[in-house]
Amino acid sequence: MSNLIRKVSPYGTFHVAEARIRNMAKWTWVILFAAVVNPTLYLVSIGIGVGSLIDANNGVDGVSYLTFLAPALLASAAIQGSSDEVIFPTMAGFKWERTFFGMRSTPISARQISFGIFVAAMFRTVISVVIYWIVLYLFGALESDTAWLAMPAALFAGAAMAAVMLALAAKIESEDFFFMLVGRFVMIPMFLFSGTFYPLSQMPVFLQFVGWISPLWHATEIGRYLTYDYPLSGLQLLTHMGVLTVMIVVGLFFSVRFFAARLEK
Amino acid sequence: MSEPLIHARGLTKTYGDFVAVDGIDFDVAKGESFGFLGPNGAGKSTTMRIIGATSVRTSGTLTIMGKDPEVNGPQIRAHLGVVPQQDNLDVELTVSENIYIYGRYFGLSSSFIKEKIPELLEFAQLEEKKDTKVQTLSGGMKRRLTIARSLVSEPDILMLDEPTTGLDPQARHILWDRLFRLKEKGVTLLITTHYMDEAEQLCDRLIVMDRGKIMAENSPAQLIKDYSTREVLEVRFGSEKNHEMVDVLRPLAERIEVLPDRILLYAEDGESLLEEIAAKGIHPNTSLVRRSSLEDVFLRLTGRTLVE
Repeated sequence: MSNLIRKVSPYGTFHVAEARIRNMAKWTWVILFAAVVNPTLYLVSIGIGVGSLIDANNGVDGVSYLTFLAPALLASAAIQGSSDEVIFPTMAGFKWERTFFGMRSTPISARQISFGIFVAAMFRTVISVVIYWIVLYLFGALESDTAWLAMPAALFAGAAMAAVMLALAAKIESEDFFFMLVGRFVMIPMFLFSGTFYPLSQMPVFLQFVGWISPLWHATEIGRYLTYDYPLSGLQLLTHMGVLTVMIVVGLFFSVRFFAARLEK
Repeated sequence: MSEPLIHARGLTKTYGDFVAVDGIDFDVAKGESFGFLGPNGAGKSTTMRIIGATSVRTSGTLTIMGKDPEVNGPQIRAHLGVVPQQDNLDVELTVSENIYIYGRYFGLSSSFIKEKIPELLEFAQLEEKKDTKVQTLSGGMKRRLTIARSLVSEPDILMLDEPTTGLDPQARHILWDRLFRLKEKGVTLLITTHYMDEAEQLCDRLIVMDRGKIMAENSPAQLIKDYSTREVLEVRFGSEKNHEMVDVLRPLAERIEVLPDRILLYAEDGESLLEEIAAKGIHPNTSLVRRSSLEDVFLRLTGRTLVE
């Protein structure tokens, strides 16, 4: 009689993340190039172009437009990067290449697969955010001593978005529907209506709700508070952090369930 | 008698109203090469997924190495090598990297896997492709890599779901040869197939499945002995005339099967049956005498052919 003598590695999440990171490594130059070029384009066009007009009118919140814009752009980059890194690997893992089914036939669990994808996405997001931050710094968008705090705020948003997208990408099996939904009705409106380019309060109230449910707005608020004298009460700060935390927890909770259900098929 | 490696009783899987696996019983001994033969949709792959601890059975009992996959899934999977019907390699990574990351999923150390890779590449005849992206490999190469990958953890049980479906004859023979070697090493093999020649080549014992049920169980040779005659005479009269001839031919053979394009006549001696037919003035357009195969067993058991 044979016995089950083999130990199961408790680090399955990191083994999955390792596989993902090896995949990303094939695209190192593309990832780095995008991480530098994207912020540069935004900063030149909007930061400097639009910024010069606004700064001629005394800026926003009593700071230069670039300072106002920087935390929002950083958070937006984090969200974009982390979303891409969960959406495409999840689609590929379940449908295009079915690699998740391969992982599932090893001791790896559904939870470890979903968390592994999330961890790898955050790894890439950290790199992108640091590079983005350096570019912002070089453009002079970050003046205060606490400017580096924009990075954890942005990563917070990236994690919230990644967790939600992870659940959605596992649940929604039609990629056409998914990309239509996410591309048109989530990403772009979120980018435009989250107080990214102007304070959310400039919008009529019925449009401000987009910001309230947007991780970008919450992270931007936190980022602004941390990088300059942006007025935010302790309660507001906690609320913003609370919303993002809830998104992470709920997103990951449903990710595990949806991954398990789909791997069972 | 020692306890079987895999022990199933009343194993059942339903999806809503559909019964995919309908209360099957079987045991697989250590070192055995065990096959599931049946047409597509017979419940073979579902059974494999349940044994592989990735799908939960609806009812019945199942133990693998003495443990219940529903309770000890990850521990059981640590002892299994799985070759799925559809390859699920990471096509962006190289051949070596695919083996490497797969070994990592088992929690194996980098140094162990790196030592193991050359041996597996040799087994899969992919040494020259080790740094090639999987994307560019042929179907046969991918299949061999999938098998090599499944061996990285030195599994006690290797499960192969339709291992050679979609491969050309040469690639199939290479694969069969590799599987033979594993069998010689004492690895327990579980194979599903709808190719009778594959089942005959690889399996010590097999169960014939149809519509979720086991129709018969034995060694390939014994199944043929039990459910068919030694030889088969295949005759064709053209699609129009085949049916007319049935009544004339029926008394001559032990058993007769009418397929859309030909008539199968079962006999111990096919040649003498053919002479007998000719002596009655019956001359088929073409005729062929062959040994009985598992295909004939399946036809006898289910009234249908395996590959439709």
